[in-house]
Amino acid sequence: MTPLLQVKGIEKRYGARIGCADVSFDLFPGEVMGIVGESGSGKSTLLNCMAGHLEPDAGQVIFDTRADGPVDTVTMSEPVRRMLGRTDWAFVHQHARDGLRMSVSAGGNIGERLMAVGDRHYGDIRDRAIDWLGRVEIEESRVDDRPSAFSGGMQQRLQIARNLVTGPRLVFMDEPTGGLDVSVQARLLDLLRGLVREMGLSAIIVTHDLAVVRLLADRLMVMKSGHVVEAGLTDQVLDDPQHAYTQLLVSSVLQV
Amino acid sequence: MIELINVSKSFTLHNQGSAVIPVMQGASLKVAEGECVALTGASGAGKSTLMRVIYGNYLAASGRVLVGDLDVARAEPREILALRRETLGYVSQFLRVVPRVPTLEVVAEPLLAVGCDKQAALDKAAGLLGRLNIPERLWSLSPTTFSGGEQQRVNIARGFAHDYPAMLLDEPTASLDAQNRETVLSLIEEAKARGAAIVGIFHDIEARSRVCDREINVSEFTPGMAA
Repeated sequence: MTPLLQVKGIEKRYGARIGCADVSFDLFPGEVMGIVGESGSGKSTLLNCMAGHLEPDAGQVIFDTRADGPVDTVTMSEPVRRMLGRTDWAFVHQHARDGLRMSVSAGGNIGERLMAVGDRHYGDIRDRAIDWLGRVEIEESRVDDRPSAFSGGMQQRLQIARNLVTGPRLVFMDEPTGGLDVSVQARLLDLLRGLVREMGLSAIIVTHDLAVVRLLADRLMVMKSGHVVEAGLTDQVLDDPQHAYTQLLVSSVLQV
Repeated sequence: MIELINVSKSFTLHNQGSAVIPVMQGASLKVAEGECVALTGASGAGKSTLMRVIYGNYLAASGRVLVGDLDVARAEPREILALRRETLGYVSQFLRVVPRVPTLEVVAEPLLAVGCDKQAALDKAAGLLGRLNIPERLWSLSPTTFSGGEQQRVNIARGFAHDYPAMLLDEPTASLDAQNRETVLSLIEEAKARGAAIVGIFHDIEARSRVCDREINVSEFTPGMAA
């Protein structure tokens, strides 16, 4: 089986400081990988390098495209990478307002991505937008409201709908449940898990919440000071951590 | 089906003076199809550790852990995930689920994961929940609010939903009333009859002698406790 994504020796420096260095892994279709680590450990830098938001100083991010097979996305042309970002890739930001157009209606936010890939029939676009609002549990009657009138949890669900409407194969998520209260978090987790299974998505989730990765991720990568210190099956890394930092991280979680 | 060859396991506690605690040494065992083997030994002897090494959530320090053709001690995460999805079932003592998911779907999930038709999966889940006396009015609710005994029975139903060729059972009959205990024991007997290889921990001596063909005392594998 060809990996969907092959990351090879990714490195990003901010001057003399290391953002992330020497990160390599393969992600296979249908796999969900979590990246954990404390603030400043380089997880968001890594995610942004993989998603093409930051240019890495070294390394390759090879994606198995539908048309041409594995292609290095770091060296591909900007328009091609942007097209990938609108079709096969999706990026869920921690703050929904970074991933939404706040002055456009909820339906418009979802429809925009469809129009970007060539859909032109207004009725179809609206129907699909309404269908997706339903899947993320937002009432149809809110389709013409602006996201600024939505609660934080609803904005996050709208952002997910906007991202998934074009049927991406790889979703990058940066703290998707951060800043939401726990009941909304649970709902979002349930939703994400269902979508991952139904659509056969692969996903890379950056978070500092170990409970979230245990429920969502098949595999886990632990980062510290820009380096991957441990990687493996999620429950193995959490139940039998090998590295000193992972042991500290796991033992620092407060029991509820 | 399940074979351990000279497996050892130790924990290194980096944050407590790098203490190394050897917990298992020279563990070898073999479980054939249709056979049920009980792990025995005092509390702390390493019964659960051994099960977790087989399931792959504890990393064996050395030796081979074969389930079918796969060496769990050296396999890639995705190989272990595929093994757990199709071949190796594990009924733990605790139910861990995503909040808000209805009980019926929690139980049907392992079947859906192997590509079973949704209706067939839900029907089988319903059958198991019925056998384990979970009232039908609770099926649409999340098991997170259930009593301890109910959660355990949901966990067992989920563990037996898919016909795994190999199974690990961690005290499946603990804290069950006589009727439910009987149901669980017949589920185990049915699994054996269809050829499943089973490794279990049973504190219930009567249950153990009824379903298990052999006993393995894990104290033999405990460093410094060799009998």
